[in-house]
Amino acid sequence: MTTTPTRPRATPSTPPTAGRTDERQWVGRGVDRRDGPAKVHGDALYTADRPFPGLTHGWMVHAPHARARIVAIDTAAARAHPGVVDVVTHDNAPRMAPPPSASLLDLSSLASRSRVEYLNTDQVHYDGQPVAVVVAESLETARYAASLVRVDYEVLPATTDFRAARDTATRAKQTPAAPTVSGTKGDAVASLDASPVVVELGLTTPAHHHSAMEPHVTTAHWDGDRLTVWDPTQGIDWCRKHLARRFGVDVRQVRVLAPVIGGGFGGKGSVWAGTLLTVLAARHVERPVRMALSREAVTRTVGARTPTMQRVALGADRDGRLRSVVHEAVVRSSTVGGGSEQVVAVSTALYATPALRVGTEVVELDMLPNTFMRAPGDATGSFGLESAMDQLAHDVSLDPVELRLRNDTDRTPLHGRRFSHRRVPDLMELGSREFGWAERGPGGRRDGDRLVGHGMALAYHPALTFEAHVVLRATAAGRVVLRTSAQDMGMGIATVLAQVVADELAVPLDRVGVEYGDSDQPIAPPAGGSTQTASLTAATVRAAERLRSRVQRLGPSAAGSVLDAVRAHGQDVEVVVGHDEGLRARAGTLRWIAETLWGQRRWQRAAWGAHFCEVAVDADTGEVRVTRWVGAFDIGAVLNAKTAASQLRGGIVMGLGLALTEESVTDARTGRLVGPDLTHYHVPSHADVPEIGIHLLGDPDPTAPRGVVGAGEVGITGVGAAVANAVFDATGRRLTHLPLTPDRVLGLAPEA
Amino acid sequence: MPAPPPARPVTLTVNGRRTTASLEPRTSLLDALREQAGLTGTKKGCDQGACGACTVLVDGRRVLGCLTLAMQAEGCHVVTIEGVGPHHPLQDAVVHHDGLQCGFCTPGQVCSALGMLAEHRAGAPSLVTEDLAADAVPLTSAEIRERMSGNLCRCGAHNGLVAAVREVAESGSAR
Repeated sequence: MTTTPTRPRATPSTPPTAGRTDERQWVGRGVDRRDGPAKVHGDALYTADRPFPGLTHGWMVHAPHARARIVAIDTAAARAHPGVVDVVTHDNAPRMAPPPSASLLDLSSLASRSRVEYLNTDQVHYDGQPVAVVVAESLETARYAASLVRVDYEVLPATTDFRAARDTATRAKQTPAAPTVSGTKGDAVASLDASPVVVELGLTTPAHHHSAMEPHVTTAHWDGDRLTVWDPTQGIDWCRKHLARRFGVDVRQVRVLAPVIGGGFGGKGSVWAGTLLTVLAARHVERPVRMALSREAVTRTVGARTPTMQRVALGADRDGRLRSVVHEAVVRSSTVGGGSEQVVAVSTALYATPALRVGTEVVELDMLPNTFMRAPGDATGSFGLESAMDQLAHDVSLDPVELRLRNDTDRTPLHGRRFSHRRVPDLMELGSREFGWAERGPGGRRDGDRLVGHGMALAYHPALTFEAHVVLRATAAGRVVLRTSAQDMGMGIATVLAQVVADELAVPLDRVGVEYGDSDQPIAPPAGGSTQTASLTAATVRAAERLRSRVQRLGPSAAGSVLDAVRAHGQDVEVVVGHDEGLRARAGTLRWIAETLWGQRRWQRAAWGAHFCEVAVDADTGEVRVTRWVGAFDIGAVLNAKTAASQLRGGIVMGLGLALTEESVTDARTGRLVGPDLTHYHVPSHADVPEIGIHLLGDPDPTAPRGVVGAGEVGITGVGAAVANAVFDATGRRLTHLPLTPDRVLGLAPEA
Repeated sequence: MPAPPPARPVTLTVNGRRTTASLEPRTSLLDALREQAGLTGTKKGCDQGACGACTVLVDGRRVLGCLTLAMQAEGCHVVTIEGVGPHHPLQDAVVHHDGLQCGFCTPGQVCSALGMLAEHRAGAPSLVTEDLAADAVPLTSAEIRERMSGNLCRCGAHNGLVAAVREVAESGSAR
């Protein structure tokens, strides 16, 4: 595999990539992803690609006001247009049950980020809210006819200015087992006042859109009370349960399929209006409906990452040792859903400090609810903390790596819990060595028109596992098949699970099949929170143990390999891990809650990393180019060196967007998104992405099943700070407002 | 919006096959390929020319299917991802270098890269080309990045894509 080190060197701690001779033949290797060939040939069928007999097409009509009451909808012209099947509005739509409130006992309740009763109400709660769906025989007809729908509104007063509404914020309450939003240890304010060195930064980050390349799309088909839904959801089970509840049918009558997903990043983790309204429209017109959302519709109806206002204050001795850490955040939520976010959690994990205070406030606006996006809270909160640490290193004249070594900790600074696994000094050593940190020279060196600078920051993301169910079957025909309703939005879950099965049962990799992406399969957790791989690895390992023991009990034929034994037995052998329904399912959930709470009291498990980068800042235009990047990571055991590196690289690339270009702009007067598309919202392009070196410790977490910790989110954390710290090194300017656009770099932007 | 004009038969040559379909003037090449010809390998990522997921080759040049009306391609040779394979070295290289994750942008990246390599062979410079008068522009990683920047990838598979394109360009195995 290519981990693209900036200087080629064998790293003893890098996981083996080929030629392994021990009994675990496949785990760890950089095996090519299984769905790669179908995807490069255009053969993989995404939801919008799937032919469907008798299909009709839906198109949304959006409200142009943040708060309003619909006085009347005139659909006559749209209905009269040839090819239009019907127009669904709150005047004629079937009723839906209201969404459930969140509960730990039913995690599918988390699928609902919005309380709006779409097309069941005359109330408009955010700009962009769908108020009608046109169903037509063709996509073009539906889109055109949507322009013929006339809606009269009574416009109501709305609160849409995040800054101006700052004073209406309420404090986020800390609940058990939820990510940290508040907490105190000691008297952080008094310690801050007494500290010889104080750093205080006020920072802001804007809203971000997930911008998965595949827009949201749903195909819904009702057969009586049986519902089949094709939808690229990150949470098949949550989506299925949510739809069953909203449409008043038994969950066993709902089937959700998501075999191929074109990216998600959190944006496909909840059930948004598009999914609900496709199902609603299909019920109304009694035909299959597909609604492929336009990029504008995705942006206006699927929540974004909250903008943040942050204050970070660090008190330290002159040798850099922390005395006090204060981290406060204000986030933006909605009057109709969304919620707080763990922006300050990073400050309760990274550094030892005798006094600590973190808190979060939430402003509720008349806007589309915010939602989780890759490393919610940690992606933006790490910008705050790691920028402040960089400033502290500068103020006490220490190398940023040395400052972090002096404040390293083996316990969580807030609760004093042990980390299950933390090797931050090793990561910084590995990363600095691969980057050549010690040889970087002074900041601000001039290279033609450009000022060169270097920066670093730590990466951190907590690790959790969910309950996961699988069925593992060894067939008399000589194959092993793992079935689970897991989602693969590009992480390579089928590839790594096949590697795990192959090793656990000592069978060739090409004999292992993995079936996923269908709610008819055993329940898997959603693909989110960096939990899926670890959770499914645990269930798969248990299934393999059971299968081995079943095979051993087959009698005389049990000699030799699992496949030989089953072949000699002449019948398939199948084992089940977990129960999807009934009392035993409930017991499983309670056991998971107990294990999670108990585990959290004993230790904190996390993925870690250290970023090192080089930037070149154009001294005349203020343009920042990232020219070099090295990331060293500890994600526990590495199942597939190639796909793991790609996950981490992907996080870093999204972090480059967060640092330099990504900013969702809302007109604060109206609550309307400005340019809800990919021409105005700038995700990194090829020219923005340098060669990114990924280096892995490959050291299993002792508390995690097979030592696996998730890798999907840790990569993006710390990236914003690493870039800003490098810009500081290059220009001497401490920039605290993201993204680092040329006007800000040149000091020309008016900042609040 | 004025009412749309009616459909008429349009003949396209796609992946070497002539097909005639009744298309409205407003139908994009992208929708014609996906909805009429059943060639769904070409993806709709934004439908407004920002993402490059719909890149196809028309008479050997890369174009955005969403910004091209189907009628504009009448009489032209259109090549989509389905017509590139089945075992083009670039496709194998993208898999090997893990130049994809979700795969949604991948068909557009592959078609765009093939068009880009042809442009490069024809001597076209780019914004980052230092010597505009040179007969042969070295196809460095920086050149590939610049020339491929019309194709967005949100999973962050850029490094693998560039490595794959570079490998194929250096081996001379691209058509």
